[in-house]
Amino acid sequence: MISLTSPVETRAHGWPAGAKLAALCAATVVLFATNALLWHGVFLALTLGLYALPGALFLRTGIVRLRPLWIFAAVILLWHLVTADLRAGLVIVMRMMTAVALANLVTMTTRLSDMMGVVRWLLTPFRAFGLRTDLVELAMALVIRFTPVLADKGRMLALAWRARAVRRLGWRIITPFAVLAIDDAEHVADALRARGGL
Amino acid sequence: MERSLTLIALFAALIAALGLIPKFTLGFGVPITAQTLGVMLCGTVLGARRGGLAVLLFIALVALGLPLLAGGRGGLGVFATPSTGFLIGWPVGAFVCGLIMERSRRLPVAWAAGIASVLGGIVVIYVFGVAGLMRALDKSALESLGLVTAFIPGDLIKAVLAGLITAGLARARPASLLSRG
Repeated sequence: MISLTSPVETRAHGWPAGAKLAALCAATVVLFATNALLWHGVFLALTLGLYALPGALFLRTGIVRLRPLWIFAAVILLWHLVTADLRAGLVIVMRMMTAVALANLVTMTTRLSDMMGVVRWLLTPFRAFGLRTDLVELAMALVIRFTPVLADKGRMLALAWRARAVRRLGWRIITPFAVLAIDDAEHVADALRARGGL
Repeated sequence: MERSLTLIALFAALIAALGLIPKFTLGFGVPITAQTLGVMLCGTVLGARRGGLAVLLFIALVALGLPLLAGGRGGLGVFATPSTGFLIGWPVGAFVCGLIMERSRRLPVAWAAGIASVLGGIVVIYVFGVAGLMRALDKSALESLGLVTAFIPGDLIKAVLAGLITAGLARARPASLLSRG
């Protein structure tokens, strides 16, 4: 399964994931602590500078991942243009872009296995309350394994629909799709039980 | 135990897969992403606890950096966008969906699931979503709600579909409808 970790190897890939997450939390607190336009300009410039460090490809990937934000930015700027308070609008938009860009940065420089390590560490205290963390990890692995499997089955269903129907793909395809998921779940449950259960 | 775990995992995978299959259109040509429909189904099929856990599992994997949201989005950045409140509301929405489903055994499955989807899958999720917008965009509740009213009709249609699909699943796989089991 493809993850969003950047294929461009950066120095930050080797840093401990927990430290990067803690730094992200601290940075977000700082972002929400100030309303000064100048500071937010500096923060955004610094963040883009971080993206530029590993090279042009990394920077371009990072900027592409900010694209879903443009609609929010447009609405906010338009709004504040009407209320004649463009300064406040710019602060909101820049804060939003910096916050998302920094969070994306952590995701791009942290491998899935390292993230899983943080989750395991965070869940450890809950073992005292009877949480079986091994089951959480098994469930995560099952989702990662079965998402492409189910997606393939969904595509086959869609092809079968197109072969038979004149009309476009409709909601009726969801019921057999969910039945496939349920059947897979029952089979995997049987398989787990046959191997000694949980 | 094994069944609960695999159903939770497979429904989380179902939400992800619903974002990957080609978009389908409603009768009058409005394309919709089916992922929130998947959230409603988690609640109406698996019940409150398992449904909520399935969606929570999905959200956790998105946060870890898997591109499971429609359009291949994912990672921690998603939780910094203004619309993140909706995402945070998903597990709670599925839980409420399942709770209503479990408490309305006298109603026919389709009706119960439809009502549960409106209350859990729309009202609860929008409360979280609007709260998130208020915080991120520095706007009042009504202004924030105004930004997202365009999505409410589509979500109402999804709630109706969730009711019909749940009824279909109750006929096809009655033993797996854990919310009524």
